[in-house]
Amino acid sequence: MRAAVPLLLLIWYIVPILTGTPPFILPGPDRVLQALWTHHRLLADHLLITIIEILAGLFLASILGWCSAILLASSRTACRFFQPLFLFSQIIPFFALAPILTLWLGYGLSSKIAMTVIIIYFPITSTLFDALIKTPEGWLELAHTMGASRMQILYRIRIPNALPGFASGLRLAAVYAPMGAIIGEWVGASHGLGYLMLLANGQAQTDLMFATVIILAALTLSLHTVVTIISRRFLDHIKD
Amino acid sequence: MLKRPPTICLSGTLYIGETHICGPLNLNLPSARWTCILGPSGVGKTTILRVLAGTATNVKLDGTLSTEDEKSLNGRITMMAQADFLMPWLNISENTAFGARLRGEKIDRTAVQDILTRVGLAEHLEKKPHTLSVGQRQRVALARTLLENRPVILLDEPFSTLDALSRIQMQSLSASLLRGRSVVHVTHDVAEAAHLSHQIFLITRTRSFHLSLGTAPPPPRRWGASETLSLQSRLLHLLMEET
Ligand SMILES: Nc1ncnc2c1ncn2[C@@H]1O[C@H](COP(=O)(O)OP(=O)(O)O)[C@@H](O)[C@H]1O
Ligand SMILES: [Mg+2]
Repeated sequence: MRAAVPLLLLIWYIVPILTGTPPFILPGPDRVLQALWTHHRLLADHLLITIIEILAGLFLASILGWCSAILLASSRTACRFFQPLFLFSQIIPFFALAPILTLWLGYGLSSKIAMTVIIIYFPITSTLFDALIKTPEGWLELAHTMGASRMQILYRIRIPNALPGFASGLRLAAVYAPMGAIIGEWVGASHGLGYLMLLANGQAQTDLMFATVIILAALTLSLHTVVTIISRRFLDHIKD
Repeated sequence: MLKRPPTICLSGTLYIGETHICGPLNLNLPSARWTCILGPSGVGKTTILRVLAGTATNVKLDGTLSTEDEKSLNGRITMMAQADFLMPWLNISENTAFGARLRGEKIDRTAVQDILTRVGLAEHLEKKPHTLSVGQRQRVALARTLLENRPVILLDEPFSTLDALSRIQMQSLSASLLRGRSVVHVTHDVAEAAHLSHQIFLITRTRSFHLSLGTAPPPPRRWGASETLSLQSRLLHLLMEET
């Protein structure tokens, strides 16, 4: 890993020189770095918008995920009704919904947030649902002899026991959420990193385009790291 | 205050679906007596306990489960199993008071502290279960069982995962702390049964029967005393003959 990064940078630097590829097709790392620096204000402004969309998406999808996973885990009827729906949802290409969302919700933040929510709702909900129903049988029997109600079992056993499952769903979501936001922005936006990429592309500012991709990758990586750190911190008792 | 444990009688045959699990049995559990159920794995000992506990929703009892006062055992029974079932996210005192916590009742902190002191864990109140040894965790499970203060206690091989020394300590501790309650103790350890029980049921693949202990002194019988050892070897022989 440590050796790979400088090596890749070196290859990236040498290839355009050797092949004579013009910078508007493949700018070298030096040009991209320069673009990062010259456009840092612009990048920061658009980054902020994308971050807001992603965080709002993560937040809403988590709330929706908890509600639906709890409903599914506690009602056999709901489960029988929704589970095929969940399987079916795996084969829908959700990014194809982006134009429709823009049509319905406009060019503002909400269509991007909706796209993010749709992309990450299923990983969050299904990992959470699995964790909720995987409560050890012995715990449930113990709770039963202790005279606990279903709600008490849900609240005191199932939910705390599912928190590590939620954390792993959230880690997965942290990787997919930026994709949702970017796809939303590609379809129609006036702000955000996805918009900036299209803009730079249209104006043949390939170095700025690459700079945006790098920012996006860094964003995804930091998001994943932050979610991991937070979940380790709060769930330190459960080794995964 | 501890309520007087009722005499319990379980007689009949147990099925899961159409599959015969165990029986015909005739299990008579007198009040405030320690009953060991001894037998090889897979003969249905855990299933019997689950029937007594009322958690065996998938088991059909072709027969009767009766108490002398004709009231249900719900709320008068608690179980301690081979696994300690401690909640990893709760510390030791929270785990001990798990029953009250679960039911949303007020937690009596002095009672918790007192019980944890009696099982020798006064130093560990704030620790999380994963920082304790297997033996210490099983003590927490015992403390939790005691705090529930139920007259009937079901033990499902609770000491089988412990090393020899902590097993003996736990057996003696349980014998003294559970005195006055009806205990139904599943085990396949003949030494344990010889040490602890007022009466013993032997269950094998072919039959199940009540074993008379004759003139043996009341439990807990001294380790290594000749009566204990002879009872122990009698049990071992019976088990070997039957299987
Ligand atoms: N849910 C179940 N469905 C079908 N068979 C079961 C179920 N639970 C236990 N059994 C069977 O019942 C028998 C007795 O199990 P168990 O009571 O756990 O035995 P023991 O505690 O004596 O080892 C075993 O043969 C086991 O396979
Ligand atoms: Mg068993």
